[in-house]
Amino acid sequence: MPLAKRIIPCLDVDNGRVVKGVNFVGIRDAGDPVEVAKRYNQQGADEITFLDITATSDKRDTLLHVVEEVAKEVFIPLTVGGGVRELNDISKLLNAGADKISVNSTAVFKPEFIKQASSHFGSQCIVVAIDAKQTQWQSRGDAQDRWEIFTHGGRKATGIDAIEWAIKMADFGAGEILLTSMDGDGTKAGYDLKLTKSVSDATLIPVIASGGVGNLEHLVDGVKLGGADAVLAASIFHFGEFTVQQAKQAMRDAGVEVRL
Amino acid sequence: MQIAVIDFGIGNLRSVEQALHAVAADADIVVTHDARVIAAADKVVMPGQGAVGTWFKALDERALTAVVKQSLNEKPLLGICVGMQALFEFCEEDGGIDGLGVFQGSVKHFSNFHVQQEPCLKIPQMGWNQVTQSQDHPLWQGISDQSHFYFVHSFCANTQADQPAVVGTADYGHKFIAAVGRDNVFAVQFHPEKSHDDGLTLLKNFTQWNG
Repeated sequence: MPLAKRIIPCLDVDNGRVVKGVNFVGIRDAGDPVEVAKRYNQQGADEITFLDITATSDKRDTLLHVVEEVAKEVFIPLTVGGGVRELNDISKLLNAGADKISVNSTAVFKPEFIKQASSHFGSQCIVVAIDAKQTQWQSRGDAQDRWEIFTHGGRKATGIDAIEWAIKMADFGAGEILLTSMDGDGTKAGYDLKLTKSVSDATLIPVIASGGVGNLEHLVDGVKLGGADAVLAASIFHFGEFTVQQAKQAMRDAGVEVRL
Repeated sequence: MQIAVIDFGIGNLRSVEQALHAVAADADIVVTHDARVIAAADKVVMPGQGAVGTWFKALDERALTAVVKQSLNEKPLLGICVGMQALFEFCEEDGGIDGLGVFQGSVKHFSNFHVQQEPCLKIPQMGWNQVTQSQDHPLWQGISDQSHFYFVHSFCANTQADQPAVVGTADYGHKFIAAVGRDNVFAVQFHPEKSHDDGLTLLKNFTQWNG
C-alpha cells in the first residue's frame, strides 16, 4: 500500500509573524504563527513546516519560543528551518518541539554537517532544503534542463547543480528533500514539475515539492507528474482561498491516496 | 496518576509530554531518567528515535535497564518507535544488538523484505500509513480500523515474529508490525504523539488503561 501523500502548509516566519513573498521578495503579512499552525492542525494538515526566513542572513537564532508555542498546539510532525549552523542548533530546536530540522545554507558551506547531523540525530529528522532556479549553463552546450541552487533565502548563487546536489545530500544521510523552485515561488503558476520529477527520480528519499502553488490542481500535478511524496503550499492556505481539507478532497478525487 | 516518560537524551520528548498533557490534564507527566521516579510512577512511556544502538547505550549509561525490566513486568508500559523495537529479541541495526526480549523475533531493515519493484519504496518509510487492527485491544477504543498513523522508520518487525502478540499491522512493501501487545505492555511502531486525533485517542486510552 502506498503511503498517503502529505499536504504540508508552510509558515514562513519573519520577526514572529507569518509572511509570504513572491519570488522570495515583496512580503505580505499572514498572521500569528501559533494561530495559523493551530488552524492547519485542525484542518487535517499532515505536517507543518516552519521556516525562519531571515535567520541566516540576519545571523539571528531561530525564534525558539515561537517554535515552542507552535509545538504545543500541533500534534502532527513539525519541521523547523532557518539559521541552523551547528549540531547544537538542532538540539535546541528539537528540544523546543521540532520533529525535523531543515538545513539549507549550512549544508552548502559544510556538506559534512549533514553527515554529522544525520548520524547524530538520525536521518529521519534531517531535511535538506534546496532552493533551485532554472539556469543556462554557459559551459555546457546541451539543451538539457538544469537548475542551480541558491543559499541565503535565495540571495546567493552557488554554481551547484540541483540534481547532483540532491543525490549528494541523500548519500550524506539527509532523510528528505524540501525542493523549492525559486522561479515558481509565490507566482501561483504551479510547481516546476520537471525539476521535481528530476530530483524525485534521482534520489531514494522523499521529496517535498514547493514553490508556485496557485490552485488545487497544482498539488495533484506535484504528486502525479512531479513524483513528489509531499506537497507544500503557503499562500493558497494562508489567505483563505482553500482549506487543507478541500485540498485533500481534490487530491482524493484525482485518485491520490490521502489521509482524510 | 503519575506517568514517567523515560528520557534517553535523544529525540523529541517534548512532543510525547505535550500530547499526554493534552489528553490527561490531571495526570502528572514527568520526563525523567531517574530510576527512582520511574520505579514509583504508575505508568511508563518508553519513547525512542534514531538508532537502537544509541538507545541501548543510553539505557546502560543511565543505569535504567533494571527499572525498565521491572516496569515491563508490573505496570502499563507504552513503547513508541525505537521504544517498541527494543522490546524484540534482536535488532539488526548498528551491526546487531540484543533486545529486551519481551516479544519474539527480530527487527530488520525494510530492504530485507522489499522485492525489486517500480517505483521503488523509499526508506525510511516517512509518512501516514493505514493500520489494520488485527486484534481488539483497549488502546484501540474509539479509533476506526484502517486509520492513518504517522510512521518514521527504516527498520521493522515482520508479522511472523511473535504472531499472538501482534495487535496491529501496516503494509509498506510487505506487512509489518505496527502495534504489539502482551499483558501490561503495548508498543507501537508509529508515533501516536504525531498522529493527530487518532494518535491522541490512543494516548488517552493508555492513560486510562490498567494493563
